[in-house]
Amino acid sequence: MDFKFTQSNLDRIEQETKKYPVRKPAVMAALYIAQEQNGFISSEVMKAVAEVLGITAEEVLGVVTFYTMYHQKQMGKYHIQVCTNVSCMLRGGYDIWDQVKNKFGIDHMGVTDDKQFSLEEVECMGSCGTAPMIAINEDYYENLTKEKVEEILSSLGSAV
Amino acid sequence: MEKILLPDIKDLHLIDVYIANGGYNAAKKALSQTSDEIIDQVKKSGLRGRGGAAFLTGLKWSFMPKTTDKPKYLCINGDESEPGSFKDRQIFEFNPHQMIEGAIITCFAIGAKTAYIYIRGEYHKWIKLLQKAIDDAYANGYLGEKMKETFGIEFTCDLFIHKGAGAYICGEESSLMNSLEGKRGYPRVKPPFPASNGLWGCPTTINNVETIANVPSIIKNGWEWFSKIGHPKHPGTLLFGVSGHVNNPGVYELPSGTLLTDIIYKYAGGVPNNKNILCVIPGGSSMPPLRGDKLEGVKMDAESLKEVGSAIGTGGIIVMDEDTDLVKVLARIAHFYHHESCGQCTPCREGTGWLEKILKRIIAGKGSTSDLDLLITVANQIEGNTICALGEAAAWPVKFMVDRFRDYFEKRVSKEVSLPVANKVHSMRETAFPLADVKN
Repeated sequence: MDFKFTQSNLDRIEQETKKYPVRKPAVMAALYIAQEQNGFISSEVMKAVAEVLGITAEEVLGVVTFYTMYHQKQMGKYHIQVCTNVSCMLRGGYDIWDQVKNKFGIDHMGVTDDKQFSLEEVECMGSCGTAPMIAINEDYYENLTKEKVEEILSSLGSAV
Repeated sequence: MEKILLPDIKDLHLIDVYIANGGYNAAKKALSQTSDEIIDQVKKSGLRGRGGAAFLTGLKWSFMPKTTDKPKYLCINGDESEPGSFKDRQIFEFNPHQMIEGAIITCFAIGAKTAYIYIRGEYHKWIKLLQKAIDDAYANGYLGEKMKETFGIEFTCDLFIHKGAGAYICGEESSLMNSLEGKRGYPRVKPPFPASNGLWGCPTTINNVETIANVPSIIKNGWEWFSKIGHPKHPGTLLFGVSGHVNNPGVYELPSGTLLTDIIYKYAGGVPNNKNILCVIPGGSSMPPLRGDKLEGVKMDAESLKEVGSAIGTGGIIVMDEDTDLVKVLARIAHFYHHESCGQCTPCREGTGWLEKILKRIIAGKGSTSDLDLLITVANQIEGNTICALGEAAAWPVKFMVDRFRDYFEKRVSKEVSLPVANKVHSMRETAFPLADVKN
Protein backbone atom coordinates (compact mmCIF):
# COMPACT_ATOMS: atom_id res chain seq x y z
CA MET A 1 0.00 0.00 0.00
CA ASP A 2 1.45 3.29 -1.06
CA PHE A 3 1.78 6.05 1.42
CA LYS A 4 2.24 9.74 0.74
CA PHE A 5 2.17 12.50 3.30
CA THR A 6 -0.41 15.21 2.62
CA GLN A 7 1.06 18.64 1.97
CA SER A 8 -0.25 20.02 5.26
CA ASN A 9 1.33 17.15 7.15
CA LEU A 10 4.62 17.71 5.34
CA ASP A 11 4.43 21.31 6.50
CA ARG A 12 3.78 20.18 10.07
CA ILE A 13 6.83 17.91 9.98
CA GLU A 14 8.90 20.75 8.54
CA GLN A 15 7.78 22.89 11.46
CA GLU A 16 8.86 20.17 13.90
CA THR A 17 12.35 19.95 12.40
CA LYS A 18 12.89 23.63 13.19
CA LYS A 19 13.04 22.82 16.90
CA TYR A 20 16.30 20.94 16.48
CA PRO A 21 19.77 21.61 15.03
CA VAL A 22 19.39 18.48 12.84
CA ARG A 23 16.37 16.87 11.18
CA LYS A 24 16.45 13.43 12.75
CA PRO A 25 14.82 14.23 16.14
CA ALA A 26 11.62 15.16 14.35
CA VAL A 27 11.18 11.43 13.64
CA MET A 28 9.08 11.02 16.78
CA ALA A 29 6.68 13.80 15.84
CA ALA A 30 6.66 12.70 12.18
CA LEU A 31 5.62 9.20 13.23
CA TYR A 32 2.73 10.58 15.27
CA ILE A 33 1.63 12.63 12.27
CA ALA A 34 1.97 9.61 9.99
CA GLN A 35 0.00 7.44 12.38
CA GLU A 36 -2.72 10.04 12.46
CA GLN A 37 -2.91 10.11 8.66
CA ASN A 38 -2.50 6.40 7.94
CA GLY A 39 -3.94 4.83 11.11
CA PHE A 40 -0.81 2.80 11.76
CA ILE A 41 2.88 2.62 10.88
CA SER A 42 3.47 0.40 7.85
CA SER A 43 6.85 -0.13 6.20
CA GLU A 44 5.79 2.30 3.47
CA VAL A 45 5.13 4.89 6.16
CA MET A 46 8.57 4.30 7.61
CA LYS A 47 10.14 4.78 4.20
CA ALA A 48 8.23 8.02 3.70
CA VAL A 49 9.28 9.32 7.13
CA ALA A 50 12.90 8.37 6.42
CA GLU A 51 12.82 10.17 3.10
CA VAL A 52 11.35 13.36 4.53
CA LEU A 53 13.94 13.52 7.28
CA GLY A 54 16.94 12.29 5.31
CA ILE A 55 17.57 9.29 7.55
CA THR A 56 17.45 5.57 6.84
CA ALA A 57 14.28 3.48 7.06
CA GLU A 58 16.14 1.27 9.54
CA GLU A 59 16.63 4.17 11.88
CA VAL A 60 12.90 4.84 11.71
CA LEU A 61 12.13 1.16 12.32
CA GLY A 62 14.36 1.28 15.39
CA VAL A 63 12.30 4.11 16.81
CA VAL A 64 8.95 2.55 15.91
CA THR A 65 9.75 -0.71 17.65
CA PHE A 66 11.17 0.92 20.79
CA TYR A 67 8.15 2.99 21.77
CA THR A 68 4.77 1.52 22.64
CA MET A 69 2.66 4.35 21.27
CA TYR A 70 3.50 3.66 17.62
CA HIS A 71 1.29 0.91 16.26
CA GLN A 72 2.34 -1.35 13.44
CA LYS A 73 -1.17 -2.58 12.84
CA GLN A 74 -4.49 -0.84 12.49
CA MET A 75 -6.01 -0.31 15.92
CA GLY A 76 -9.68 0.42 16.57
CA LYS A 77 -11.37 3.75 16.01
CA TYR A 78 -11.54 3.85 19.79
CA HIS A 79 -8.29 2.65 21.28
CA ILE A 80 -9.06 1.82 24.91
CA GLN A 81 -6.10 1.82 27.27
CA VAL A 82 -6.54 0.40 30.75
CA CYS A 83 -3.90 0.98 33.42
CA THR A 84 -3.30 -1.97 35.74
CA ASN A 85 -0.12 -0.74 37.39
CA VAL A 86 0.19 -0.70 41.20
CA SER A 87 -1.82 2.37 42.15
CA CYS A 88 -4.64 1.48 39.76
CA MET A 89 -4.43 -2.20 40.74
CA LEU A 90 -4.95 -1.27 44.40
CA ARG A 91 -8.12 0.59 43.47
CA GLY A 92 -9.66 -1.96 41.14
CA GLY A 93 -7.74 -1.54 37.89
CA TYR A 94 -7.93 -5.26 37.11
CA ASP A 95 -11.71 -5.33 37.61
CA ILE A 96 -11.97 -2.67 34.94
CA TRP A 97 -9.51 -4.50 32.71
CA ASP A 98 -11.64 -7.65 32.93
CA GLN A 99 -14.80 -5.66 32.39
CA VAL A 100 -13.56 -4.07 29.16
CA LYS A 101 -12.00 -7.31 27.97
CA ASN A 102 -15.25 -9.21 28.44
CA LYS A 103 -17.39 -6.51 26.93
CA PHE A 104 -15.52 -6.54 23.63
CA GLY A 105 -14.22 -10.11 23.72
CA ILE A 106 -10.71 -8.99 22.91
CA ASP A 107 -7.43 -9.19 24.79
CA HIS A 108 -4.32 -7.05 25.01
CA MET A 109 -3.69 -5.38 21.63
CA GLY A 110 -6.79 -7.02 20.20
CA VAL A 111 -9.13 -5.29 17.77
CA THR A 112 -12.84 -5.97 17.30
CA ASP A 113 -13.89 -7.32 13.88
CA ASP A 114 -15.63 -4.10 12.95
CA LYS A 115 -12.41 -2.19 13.73
CA GLN A 116 -14.33 0.04 16.12
CA PHE A 117 -12.56 -0.90 19.33
CA SER A 118 -9.10 -2.02 20.36
CA LEU A 119 -7.72 -2.73 23.80
CA GLU A 120 -4.37 -2.24 25.44
CA GLU A 121 -3.19 -2.96 28.98
CA VAL A 122 -0.95 0.02 29.62
CA GLU A 123 1.70 0.79 32.19
CA CYS A 124 1.37 3.70 34.62
CA MET A 125 -0.21 6.71 32.91
CA GLY A 126 0.41 9.16 35.76
CA SER A 127 -3.14 9.00 37.10
CA CYS A 128 -2.30 7.30 40.36
CA GLY A 129 -4.10 9.91 42.45
CA THR A 130 -7.22 9.56 40.34
CA ALA A 131 -7.09 5.78 39.97
CA PRO A 132 -8.45 3.67 38.48
CA MET A 133 -8.31 5.12 35.01
CA ILE A 134 -8.70 4.34 31.37
CA ALA A 135 -7.71 6.39 28.35
CA ILE A 136 -9.60 6.35 25.10
CA ASN A 137 -7.44 7.59 22.25
CA GLU A 138 -5.96 10.78 23.75
CA ASP A 139 -8.44 11.39 26.57
CA TYR A 140 -8.12 10.31 30.18
CA TYR A 141 -11.11 9.09 32.20
CA GLU A 142 -10.31 9.01 35.89
CA ASN A 143 -11.75 8.08 39.30
CA LEU A 144 -13.67 5.26 37.68
CA THR A 145 -16.15 2.71 38.92
CA LYS A 146 -17.51 -0.18 36.92
CA GLU A 147 -20.72 1.78 36.37
CA LYS A 148 -18.86 4.80 35.07
CA VAL A 149 -16.83 2.63 32.70
CA GLU A 150 -20.04 1.09 31.37
CA GLU A 151 -21.47 4.53 30.81
CA ILE A 152 -18.36 5.78 28.99
CA LEU A 153 -18.10 2.72 26.78
CA SER A 154 -21.80 2.84 25.90
CA SER A 155 -21.49 6.47 24.87
CA LEU A 156 -18.77 5.68 22.36
CA GLY A 157 -20.90 4.47 19.50
CA SER A 158 -23.89 2.53 18.37
CA ALA A 159 -21.65 -0.43 17.61
CA VAL A 160 -21.60 -1.39 21.30
CA MET B 1 2.18 26.97 55.29
CA GLU B 2 3.09 28.82 52.14
CA LYS B 3 2.94 26.82 48.94
CA ILE B 4 5.70 27.53 46.46
CA LEU B 5 4.79 25.34 43.52
CA LEU B 6 1.04 25.01 43.59
CA PRO B 7 -0.29 28.07 45.44
CA ASP B 8 -4.04 28.44 45.87
CA ILE B 9 -4.47 31.19 43.30
CA LYS B 10 -7.36 30.89 40.89
CA ASP B 11 -6.45 30.66 37.19
CA LEU B 12 -2.73 30.93 37.88
CA HIS B 13 -2.13 29.00 34.66
CA LEU B 14 -3.15 32.10 32.71
CA ILE B 15 -0.22 34.38 31.94
CA ASP B 16 -2.09 37.55 32.98
CA VAL B 17 -2.91 36.10 36.38
CA TYR B 18 0.64 34.83 36.78
CA ILE B 19 2.07 38.26 35.95
CA ALA B 20 -0.44 40.01 38.23
CA ASN B 21 0.87 37.82 41.06
CA GLY B 22 4.46 38.88 40.54
CA GLY B 23 5.23 36.37 37.81
CA TYR B 24 8.34 36.80 35.64
CA ASN B 25 9.77 39.33 38.12
CA ALA B 26 12.23 36.69 39.30
CA ALA B 27 13.42 36.27 35.70
CA LYS B 28 13.89 40.04 35.43
CA LYS B 29 15.85 40.04 38.70
CA ALA B 30 17.96 37.05 37.67
CA LEU B 31 18.78 38.30 34.20
CA SER B 32 20.20 41.51 35.66
CA GLN B 33 22.75 39.42 37.57
CA THR B 34 25.67 37.30 36.39
CA SER B 35 25.29 33.59 35.80
CA ASP B 36 27.76 32.87 38.61
CA GLU B 37 25.65 34.86 41.02
CA ILE B 38 22.56 32.85 40.13
CA ILE B 39 24.34 29.51 40.40
CA ASP B 40 25.76 30.60 43.74
CA GLN B 41 22.30 31.42 45.10
CA VAL B 42 20.86 28.10 43.96
CA LYS B 43 23.83 26.29 45.48
CA LYS B 44 23.41 28.07 48.81
CA SER B 45 19.66 27.46 48.82
CA GLY B 46 20.40 23.74 49.04
CA LEU B 47 17.86 22.92 46.29
CA ARG B 48 18.06 19.26 45.37
CA GLY B 49 16.68 17.55 42.28
CA ARG B 50 13.09 16.38 42.50
CA GLY B 51 13.35 13.67 39.87
CA GLY B 52 14.58 10.89 42.13
CA ALA B 53 18.31 11.17 42.78
CA ALA B 54 18.03 14.37 44.88
CA PHE B 55 21.31 15.70 43.51
CA LEU B 56 22.29 19.27 44.38
CA THR B 57 20.91 21.45 41.58
CA GLY B 58 23.38 24.33 41.90
CA LEU B 59 26.29 21.91 41.88
CA LYS B 60 24.95 20.23 38.75
CA TRP B 61 24.70 23.59 37.01
CA SER B 62 28.27 24.45 37.99
CA PHE B 63 29.50 21.40 36.05
CA MET B 64 28.59 23.14 32.79
CA PRO B 65 31.77 24.37 31.07
CA LYS B 66 32.19 28.14 31.09
CA THR B 67 34.21 28.34 27.92
CA THR B 68 33.13 26.20 25.03
CA ASP B 69 32.51 26.72 21.32
CA LYS B 70 29.61 24.31 21.40
CA PRO B 71 26.01 25.28 22.03
CA LYS B 72 24.70 24.36 25.49
CA TYR B 73 21.34 22.82 26.22
CA LEU B 74 18.86 22.53 29.04
CA CYS B 75 16.59 19.49 29.16
CA ILE B 76 13.63 19.51 31.49
CA ASN B 77 12.50 16.06 32.41
CA GLY B 78 8.72 15.78 32.38
CA ASP B 79 8.59 12.12 31.45
CA GLU B 80 6.98 11.31 34.80
CA SER B 81 6.70 7.61 34.17
CA GLU B 82 7.50 6.18 37.59
CA PRO B 83 4.42 4.37 38.88
CA GLY B 84 3.10 6.37 41.82
CA SER B 85 4.21 9.78 40.53
CA PHE B 86 1.77 12.25 39.11
CA LYS B 87 3.09 15.59 40.31
CA ASP B 88 4.57 17.24 37.20
CA ARG B 89 1.22 17.20 35.44
CA GLN B 90 -0.10 19.39 38.27
CA ILE B 91 2.57 21.96 37.43
CA PHE B 92 1.75 21.79 33.69
CA GLU B 93 -1.90 22.27 34.45
CA PHE B 94 -1.96 24.73 37.33
CA ASN B 95 1.32 26.65 37.31
CA PRO B 96 3.09 26.21 33.95
CA HIS B 97 4.51 29.72 33.83
CA GLN B 98 6.54 29.20 36.98
CA MET B 99 8.29 26.31 35.27
CA ILE B 100 8.80 28.40 32.13
CA GLU B 101 10.21 31.22 34.24
CA GLY B 102 12.50 28.73 35.98
CA ALA B 103 13.62 27.49 32.57
CA ILE B 104 14.50 31.04 31.47
CA ILE B 105 16.57 31.61 34.63
CA THR B 106 18.27 28.24 34.31
CA CYS B 107 19.09 28.78 30.63
CA PHE B 108 20.66 32.12 31.51
CA ALA B 109 22.61 30.63 34.43
CA ILE B 110 24.09 27.76 32.44
CA GLY B 111 24.39 29.69 29.18
CA ALA B 112 21.92 27.63 27.18
CA LYS B 113 20.03 29.17 24.30
CA THR B 114 17.72 26.23 23.82
CA ALA B 115 15.72 24.28 26.35
CA TYR B 116 13.73 21.15 25.62
CA ILE B 117 11.03 19.86 27.82
CA TYR B 118 10.54 16.15 27.40
CA ILE B 119 6.98 15.13 28.21
CA ARG B 120 5.62 11.60 28.08
CA GLY B 121 3.51 10.93 25.02
CA GLU B 122 0.43 9.89 27.00
CA TYR B 123 0.15 13.43 28.43
CA HIS B 124 -1.62 14.78 25.30
CA LYS B 125 -3.76 17.08 27.38
CA TRP B 126 -0.90 18.48 29.44
CA ILE B 127 1.28 18.95 26.38
CA LYS B 128 -1.45 21.12 24.89
CA LEU B 129 -1.81 23.08 28.13
CA LEU B 130 1.92 23.68 28.41
CA GLN B 131 2.23 24.57 24.72
CA LYS B 132 -0.44 27.22 25.23
CA ALA B 133 1.53 28.65 28.15
CA ILE B 134 4.75 28.62 26.11
CA ASP B 135 3.00 30.38 23.21
CA ASP B 136 1.74 33.03 25.63
CA ALA B 137 5.23 33.47 27.06
CA TYR B 138 6.57 34.04 23.53
CA ALA B 139 3.77 36.48 22.76
CA ASN B 140 4.52 38.43 25.92
CA GLY B 141 8.22 38.64 25.17
CA TYR B 142 9.50 36.27 27.84
CA LEU B 143 10.91 33.78 25.34
CA GLY B 144 12.59 34.15 21.95
CA GLU B 145 13.93 37.25 20.23
CA LYS B 146 11.65 39.62 22.10
CA MET B 147 13.50 38.80 25.34
CA LYS B 148 16.13 41.39 24.41
CA GLU B 149 13.49 44.09 24.65
CA THR B 150 11.76 42.70 27.74
CA PHE B 151 14.88 42.12 29.78
CA GLY B 152 17.10 44.73 28.19
CA ILE B 153 20.03 42.36 27.63
CA GLU B 154 21.61 40.49 24.75
CA PHE B 155 20.26 37.09 25.75
CA THR B 156 17.55 34.99 24.19
CA CYS B 157 16.40 31.43 24.69
CA ASP B 158 13.84 29.12 23.16
CA LEU B 159 11.73 26.47 24.83
CA PHE B 160 10.43 23.50 22.88
CA ILE B 161 8.34 20.50 23.87
CA HIS B 162 9.54 17.09 22.76
CA LYS B 163 6.82 14.50 23.02
CA GLY B 164 7.79 11.01 24.11
CA ALA B 165 6.02 7.91 22.86
CA GLY B 166 5.57 5.51 25.74
CA ALA B 167 8.82 4.30 27.24
CA TYR B 168 9.49 4.42 30.97
CA ILE B 169 13.22 4.37 30.43
CA CYS B 170 13.14 7.79 28.76
CA GLY B 171 12.82 9.31 32.21
CA GLU B 172 16.46 8.28 32.72
CA GLU B 173 18.51 11.29 31.70
CA SER B 174 20.83 9.75 29.12
CA SER B 175 18.02 7.73 27.60
CA LEU B 176 15.98 10.93 27.46
CA MET B 177 18.74 12.57 25.45
CA ASN B 178 18.87 9.69 22.98
CA SER B 179 15.11 9.86 22.60
CA LEU B 180 15.34 13.60 22.05
CA GLU B 181 17.90 12.98 19.33
CA GLY B 182 15.33 10.80 17.58
CA LYS B 183 16.85 7.46 18.51
CA ARG B 184 15.84 4.43 20.49
CA GLY B 185 15.81 5.45 24.14
CA TYR B 186 18.87 3.48 25.20
CA PRO B 187 20.68 4.82 28.27
CA ARG B 188 24.27 5.89 27.67
CA VAL B 189 27.34 4.79 29.57
CA LYS B 190 28.56 7.43 32.01
CA PRO B 191 31.11 9.04 31.97
CA PRO B 192 31.08 11.15 29.89
CA PHE B 193 28.45 13.02 31.87
CA PRO B 194 25.86 15.22 30.17
CA ALA B 195 27.51 18.44 31.36
CA SER B 196 30.45 17.71 29.08
CA ASN B 197 28.87 15.44 26.49
CA GLY B 198 25.09 15.56 26.33
CA LEU B 199 22.68 16.35 23.52
CA TRP B 200 24.46 16.02 20.17
CA GLY B 201 27.73 15.84 22.09
CA CYS B 202 27.22 19.29 23.57
CA PRO B 203 27.17 20.37 27.23
CA THR B 204 23.71 19.65 28.65
CA THR B 205 21.98 20.01 31.98
CA ILE B 206 18.95 17.87 32.79
CA ASN B 207 16.58 18.84 35.59
CA ASN B 208 13.16 17.65 36.65
CA VAL B 209 10.08 19.83 36.05
CA GLU B 210 9.53 20.34 39.78
CA THR B 211 13.19 21.31 40.31
CA ILE B 212 13.01 23.98 37.61
CA ALA B 213 9.68 25.27 38.99
CA ASN B 214 11.40 25.91 42.33
CA VAL B 215 14.05 28.22 40.85
CA PRO B 216 12.02 31.47 40.53
CA SER B 217 11.06 31.43 44.22
CA ILE B 218 14.72 31.12 45.25
CA ILE B 219 15.66 34.15 43.16
CA LYS B 220 12.60 36.08 44.30
CA ASN B 221 12.76 35.38 48.05
CA GLY B 222 16.44 34.68 48.46
CA TRP B 223 18.36 31.46 49.14
CA GLU B 224 18.22 31.94 52.90
CA TRP B 225 14.44 31.90 52.90
CA PHE B 226 14.39 28.72 50.83
CA SER B 227 17.04 26.94 52.87
CA LYS B 228 14.95 27.35 56.02
CA ILE B 229 11.93 25.47 54.68
CA GLY B 230 11.68 21.85 55.81
CA HIS B 231 14.68 19.61 56.39
CA PRO B 232 17.95 21.63 56.31
CA LYS B 233 19.70 19.06 54.12
CA HIS B 234 16.82 18.74 51.66
CA PRO B 235 15.08 22.10 51.88
CA GLY B 236 11.93 23.35 50.23
CA THR B 237 8.48 21.98 49.77
CA LEU B 238 7.90 18.69 47.96
CA LEU B 239 4.96 17.59 45.88
CA PHE B 240 3.86 14.37 47.53
CA GLY B 241 1.61 12.25 45.36
CA VAL B 242 -0.40 9.95 47.56
CA SER B 243 -2.13 6.99 45.93
CA GLY B 244 -3.45 3.53 46.74
CA HIS B 245 -5.49 2.82 49.84
CA VAL B 246 -6.17 6.32 51.18
CA ASN B 247 -9.43 8.22 51.42
CA ASN B 248 -8.21 11.33 49.61
CA PRO B 249 -5.51 10.46 47.10
CA GLY B 250 -3.85 13.39 45.39
CA VAL B 251 -0.86 15.71 45.29
CA TYR B 252 0.00 17.54 48.51
CA GLU B 253 2.63 20.26 48.64
CA LEU B 254 4.29 20.10 52.05
CA PRO B 255 7.67 20.99 53.54
CA SER B 256 10.30 18.28 53.21
CA GLY B 257 10.64 16.30 56.40
CA THR B 258 6.88 16.13 56.99
CA LEU B 259 5.93 12.96 58.87
CA LEU B 260 4.81 10.18 56.54
CA THR B 261 1.99 9.33 58.94
CA ASP B 262 0.81 12.96 58.86
CA ILE B 263 0.72 12.90 55.08
CA ILE B 264 -1.30 9.69 55.06
CA TYR B 265 -3.67 10.42 57.97
CA LYS B 266 -3.89 14.22 58.19
CA TYR B 267 -3.74 15.18 54.54
CA ALA B 268 -4.75 12.12 52.54
CA GLY B 269 -7.58 11.30 54.96
CA GLY B 270 -6.31 7.98 56.30
CA VAL B 271 -7.04 4.46 55.12
CA PRO B 272 -10.57 3.50 53.99
CA ASN B 273 -12.55 1.60 56.66
CA ASN B 274 -9.81 2.41 59.18
CA LYS B 275 -7.80 -0.59 58.13
CA ASN B 276 -4.19 -1.00 59.18
CA ILE B 277 -1.39 -0.27 56.76
CA LEU B 278 0.58 -3.27 55.59
CA CYS B 279 3.13 -1.56 53.39
CA VAL B 280 4.06 1.87 52.05
CA ILE B 281 6.29 2.65 49.10
CA PRO B 282 7.51 6.15 49.86
CA GLY B 283 8.92 7.47 46.60
CA GLY B 284 7.52 5.78 43.52
CA SER B 285 7.44 2.06 42.75
CA SER B 286 11.21 1.61 42.48
CA MET B 287 11.99 2.70 46.02
CA PRO B 288 12.44 0.20 48.88
CA PRO B 289 9.07 -0.41 50.58
CA LEU B 290 8.49 0.23 54.28
CA ARG B 291 6.57 -1.98 56.69
CA GLY B 292 3.28 -0.58 57.87
CA ASP B 293 4.21 -1.27 61.50
CA LYS B 294 7.37 0.79 61.18
CA LEU B 295 6.02 4.10 59.90
CA GLU B 296 6.07 5.91 63.24
CA GLY B 297 8.42 8.89 63.10
CA VAL B 298 9.42 8.38 59.45
CA LYS B 299 10.04 11.77 57.86
CA MET B 300 9.71 12.44 54.17
CA ASP B 301 13.01 13.85 52.96
CA ALA B 302 16.06 12.35 51.30
CA GLU B 303 18.20 12.14 54.44
CA SER B 304 15.57 10.82 56.85
CA LEU B 305 14.39 8.15 54.41
CA LYS B 306 17.95 7.01 53.83
CA GLU B 307 18.20 6.38 57.58
CA VAL B 308 15.22 4.02 57.52
CA GLY B 309 16.48 2.19 54.43
CA SER B 310 14.53 3.79 51.66
CA ALA B 311 14.72 6.86 49.44
CA ILE B 312 12.62 9.87 48.55
CA GLY B 313 12.52 9.17 44.80
CA THR B 314 9.80 11.27 43.22
CA GLY B 315 7.78 11.54 46.44
CA GLY B 316 5.08 9.22 45.12
CA ILE B 317 3.62 7.53 48.19
CA ILE B 318 1.76 4.29 47.53
CA VAL B 319 -0.23 3.04 50.52
CA MET B 320 -1.35 -0.58 50.87
CA ASP B 321 -3.80 -1.72 53.52
CA GLU B 322 -3.70 -4.96 55.52
CA ASP B 323 -5.79 -6.89 52.99
CA THR B 324 -3.43 -6.25 50.09
CA ASP B 325 -1.90 -9.25 48.36
CA LEU B 326 1.75 -8.19 48.50
CA VAL B 327 2.92 -11.03 46.28
CA LYS B 328 0.61 -9.86 43.52
CA VAL B 329 1.70 -6.27 44.01
CA LEU B 330 5.35 -7.24 43.81
CA ALA B 331 4.72 -9.39 40.74
CA ARG B 332 2.98 -6.44 39.10
CA ILE B 333 5.95 -4.20 39.88
CA ALA B 334 8.34 -6.86 38.56
CA HIS B 335 6.25 -7.17 35.40
CA PHE B 336 6.50 -3.43 34.89
CA TYR B 337 10.29 -3.34 35.07
CA HIS B 338 10.56 -6.39 32.86
CA HIS B 339 8.31 -4.71 30.31
CA GLU B 340 10.27 -1.46 30.47
CA SER B 341 13.80 -2.87 30.48
CA CYS B 342 15.40 -1.54 27.29
CA GLY B 343 17.30 -4.77 26.78
CA GLN B 344 20.82 -3.38 26.52
CA CYS B 345 22.26 -5.00 29.65
CA THR B 346 21.89 -8.73 30.16
CA PRO B 347 21.45 -8.64 33.98
CA CYS B 348 18.45 -6.34 33.64
CA ARG B 349 16.95 -7.77 30.46
CA GLU B 350 17.08 -11.36 31.72
CA GLY B 351 16.98 -10.73 35.46
CA THR B 352 13.77 -8.72 35.42
CA GLY B 353 12.10 -11.54 33.50
CA TRP B 354 13.22 -14.12 36.05
CA LEU B 355 12.01 -11.97 38.94
CA GLU B 356 8.59 -11.85 37.34
CA LYS B 357 8.55 -15.58 36.57
CA ILE B 358 9.55 -16.57 40.09
CA LEU B 359 6.91 -14.30 41.62
CA LYS B 360 4.26 -15.71 39.30
CA ARG B 361 5.33 -19.19 40.36
CA ILE B 362 4.69 -18.18 43.97
CA ILE B 363 1.27 -16.77 43.07
CA ALA B 364 0.47 -20.07 41.35
CA GLY B 365 1.15 -21.81 44.67
CA LYS B 366 4.28 -23.54 43.41
CA GLY B 367 6.82 -21.43 45.21
CA SER B 368 9.26 -22.72 47.78
CA THR B 369 11.28 -21.06 50.53
CA SER B 370 14.34 -21.24 48.33
CA ASP B 371 12.51 -19.09 45.77
CA LEU B 372 12.60 -16.23 48.25
CA ASP B 373 16.37 -16.48 48.45
CA LEU B 374 16.55 -16.87 44.72
CA LEU B 375 14.60 -13.62 44.26
CA ILE B 376 17.10 -11.78 46.42
CA THR B 377 20.06 -13.36 44.63
CA VAL B 378 18.73 -12.43 41.20
CA ALA B 379 17.97 -8.91 42.40
CA ASN B 380 21.49 -8.60 43.78
CA GLN B 381 22.92 -9.69 40.47
CA ILE B 382 21.00 -6.98 38.64
CA GLU B 383 21.79 -4.20 41.08
CA GLY B 384 24.93 -2.30 40.20
CA ASN B 385 25.59 -4.35 37.08
CA THR B 386 23.73 -2.27 34.54
CA ILE B 387 24.35 0.90 32.54
CA CYS B 388 21.48 2.81 34.10
CA ALA B 389 19.50 2.83 37.32
CA LEU B 390 16.60 0.77 35.94
CA GLY B 391 18.57 -2.17 37.29
CA GLU B 392 18.30 -0.81 40.81
CA ALA B 393 14.71 0.24 40.20
CA ALA B 394 13.83 -3.37 39.37
CA ALA B 395 15.96 -4.93 42.07
CA TRP B 396 15.13 -2.77 45.07
CA PRO B 397 11.39 -3.38 45.41
CA VAL B 398 11.90 -7.14 45.12
CA LYS B 399 14.93 -7.36 47.35
CA PHE B 400 13.61 -5.14 50.10
CA MET B 401 10.03 -6.34 50.01
CA VAL B 402 11.02 -9.99 50.29
CA ASP B 403 13.52 -9.16 53.01
CA ARG B 404 11.28 -6.86 55.06
CA PHE B 405 8.15 -8.99 54.66
CA ARG B 406 9.87 -12.35 54.91
CA ASP B 407 7.24 -13.61 57.38
CA TYR B 408 4.47 -12.66 54.94
CA PHE B 409 6.15 -14.27 51.94
CA GLU B 410 7.04 -17.44 53.82
CA LYS B 411 3.35 -18.07 54.44
CA ARG B 412 2.85 -18.13 50.68
CA VAL B 413 5.48 -20.71 49.82
CA SER B 414 6.10 -24.30 50.83
CA LYS B 415 9.29 -25.46 52.47
CA GLU B 416 9.82 -28.09 49.83
CA VAL B 417 11.95 -27.24 46.88
CA SER B 418 9.80 -27.54 43.78
CA LEU B 419 12.45 -26.87 41.17
CA PRO B 420 15.65 -28.35 42.56
CA VAL B 421 17.54 -28.43 39.29
CA ALA B 422 17.25 -24.79 38.39
CA ASN B 423 18.18 -23.73 41.88
CA LYS B 424 21.10 -26.12 42.02
CA VAL B 425 22.58 -24.80 38.80
CA HIS B 426 22.12 -21.33 40.13
CA SER B 427 23.79 -22.01 43.46
CA MET B 428 26.72 -23.70 41.73
CA ARG B 429 27.29 -20.66 39.62
CA GLU B 430 27.27 -18.50 42.68
CA THR B 431 29.95 -20.63 44.35
CA ALA B 432 32.11 -20.48 41.28
CA PHE B 433 32.02 -16.70 41.14
CA PRO B 434 31.55 -15.30 44.63
CA LEU B 435 29.95 -11.87 44.27
CA ALA B 436 32.41 -10.08 46.51
CA ASP B 437 35.37 -11.20 44.40
CA VAL B 438 33.78 -10.20 41.11
CA LYS B 439 32.94 -6.76 42.44
CA ASN B 440 36.47 -6.09 43.68
